[in-house]
Amino acid sequence: MSRILIIAEHDGETLNASTAKCVSCAQAIGSDIDIAVLGDGIDEVAAQAATLDSVSKVIAVNAAHLAAPLAANWAPEALSLAADYSHVLGPSTTLGRDLMPRIAALAGVNQVSDIMEVSGPTAFKRPIYAGNAIVDVEAAEGAKVIATARIASWKAAGNSGGATVEQRAASSSAAGHTRYVGLESGGGERPDLQSASRVVSGGRAMGSEENFGLVYSLADKLGAGVGASRAAVDAGYCPNDMQVGQTGKIIAPDLYLAFGISGAIQHVTGIKDAGTIVAVNKDSEAPIFEISDIGLVGDLFKVMPELESLLG
Amino acid sequence: MKILVGIKRVVDYNVRVRVRPDGSGVDTDGVKMSVNPFDEIALEEALRIKEAGNAEEVIVVTAGGDECQQQLRTGLAMGADRAIQIQTSESLQPLSIARALLKVIEREDPGLVLLGKQAIDGDNSQTGQMLAALWDRPQATFASKMVLNGNTATVTREVDAGLETIEVDLPAVVTVDLRMNEPRFVKLPDIMKAKRKPLDVIPLADLGVTVEGDLKVHHFAPPPQRQKGIMVEDAAQLVQELKSRGLI
Ligand SMILES: Cc1cc2nc3c(=O)[nH]c(=O)nc-3n(C[C@H](O)[C@H](O)[C@H](O)COP(=O)(O)OP(=O)(O)OC[C@H]3O[C@@H](n4cnc5c(N)ncnc54)[C@H](O)[C@@H]3O)c2cc1C
Ligand SMILES: Nc1ncnc2c1ncn2[C@@H]1O[C@H](COP(=O)(O)O)[C@@H](O)[C@H]1O
Repeated sequence: MSRILIIAEHDGETLNASTAKCVSCAQAIGSDIDIAVLGDGIDEVAAQAATLDSVSKVIAVNAAHLAAPLAANWAPEALSLAADYSHVLGPSTTLGRDLMPRIAALAGVNQVSDIMEVSGPTAFKRPIYAGNAIVDVEAAEGAKVIATARIASWKAAGNSGGATVEQRAASSSAAGHTRYVGLESGGGERPDLQSASRVVSGGRAMGSEENFGLVYSLADKLGAGVGASRAAVDAGYCPNDMQVGQTGKIIAPDLYLAFGISGAIQHVTGIKDAGTIVAVNKDSEAPIFEISDIGLVGDLFKVMPELESLLG
Repeated sequence: MKILVGIKRVVDYNVRVRVRPDGSGVDTDGVKMSVNPFDEIALEEALRIKEAGNAEEVIVVTAGGDECQQQLRTGLAMGADRAIQIQTSESLQPLSIARALLKVIEREDPGLVLLGKQAIDGDNSQTGQMLAALWDRPQATFASKMVLNGNTATVTREVDAGLETIEVDLPAVVTVDLRMNEPRFVKLPDIMKAKRKPLDVIPLADLGVTVEGDLKVHHFAPPPQRQKGIMVEDAAQLVQELKSRGLI
């Protein structure tokens, strides 16, 4: 029988949407699902986790050394909780990708990265080669499954659950060798890129940080999150946390609008799961048109202001 | 201090990878192979640290078949002092690679281990974190900036929420992101010079690492393809189309 433990992602106050997506992945594996919330002063986060559908129990571990999500501190704690479970699941976000392999190594198993589909309790599909191939992988018999759920592949679980919250004392102590200094957040008030239902993205063709303002204002008209190609980030037009693609964020909004993005495979792999892809590019041969649902050959400096005024 | 840099031979990032019709793997026959792009950045960073006088030796290490010596030579041509091949004909999964790298660490005693944040073939993004766990040392993953200050390093990490800064004691494992630096180009004389630099070959079994607990990989399939959609003429038509599909 599968017993699944999900490691919650949060910022100390709010549960990250990736956790509800992990719950959906867990539901495909089995029905016995608990969530661990590690942190310091996280009662509110634990209460949020307790509302997720199909979750039986939330284990809250409060300790000063767990306040920041340092893998060196979280992994030993997660490992000790994992003793009672057959599966430990985290999100494919930077948190999960940092943390879960550290847990897996301590548990002596290989990790299943980026589960996109569950074929059985220990059998999964995952993407490799920037999504150019999908492989079937199976965990070794009897071994603990430690995995990340590819969050673009899973819808968030609902909020009508009522799990119990159990407080547990930390069994680990601080790994003195790693210290958290701080976080400089790039995004502002706009919808979170990874959970936004609409995303507007700009590429190298935006030309400057100032011009990138066109992306923000159109996004605001649409209530959309803002994304970018790597070229736009590297050129300094926008912060790194907006990068979409193989080495940025893999997203699955209902609507994705790409302006002045050529459609390199490393970018496209980040948007393949979008509902509808719209591309505006002045080059009719741009590869992005091969995968877009609606294409428009044109100059973005003309099209973007027009769109903005048409949207009222 | 010595710096150990892990490099992996992978299909070049410009190659359009195709799955073999029988689903047994991806087609790598005659395909261009390169050093994993992140690993080049890791090596570049190591070389800069050495050039700044903060390290004495840069060692590149790979676990793989003899064909990987080509990528080790590239590393030597870039400026690494010597190379180690952990020789195996099996394709190892991250836990085994981490175990093997740990054995090399025990022999070489490096002050810093630099790896890529992910290998672009398997896209696992696990090896560095696993190595740090087994070594019981700090990990700083997805690094875009690193400042060494004696026995510690301050590392800026590219995380989903922005830029996170952590401080780690050395030795530590740092996995690098693309924005850390731009790797240098290899010049022809350096390629000649690299041929004379030492390259040690250590069979995996000699390190006492046994491969176990691997995930079974059954079948490779091409991803579902998105179809090319329609083209519209102007912004007005685009808005109309989005409205008719109920998207705005
Ligand atoms: C290991 C690796 C990982 C990578 N990971 C990522 C990743 O995660 N995300 C990512 O995005 N990239 C990634 N890349 C980079 C990727 O290969 C491309 O270089 C990048 O996506 C290009 O960005 P772009 O489309 O904005 O720029 P370009 O390719 O330069 O395209 C600009 C486009 O704008 C169009 N254009 C120019 N002017 C106008 C105008 N006035 N109006 C309309 N259109 C115009 C041009 O026709 C062109 O198609 C990665 C690369 C490597 C090697
Ligand atoms: N076979 C290997 N030999 C040496 N280093 C490796 C090997 N495989 C992975 N690495 C290192 O580990 C990083 C992450 O790889 P992965 O965990 O497979 O995504 C790579 O960027 C390399 O630096």
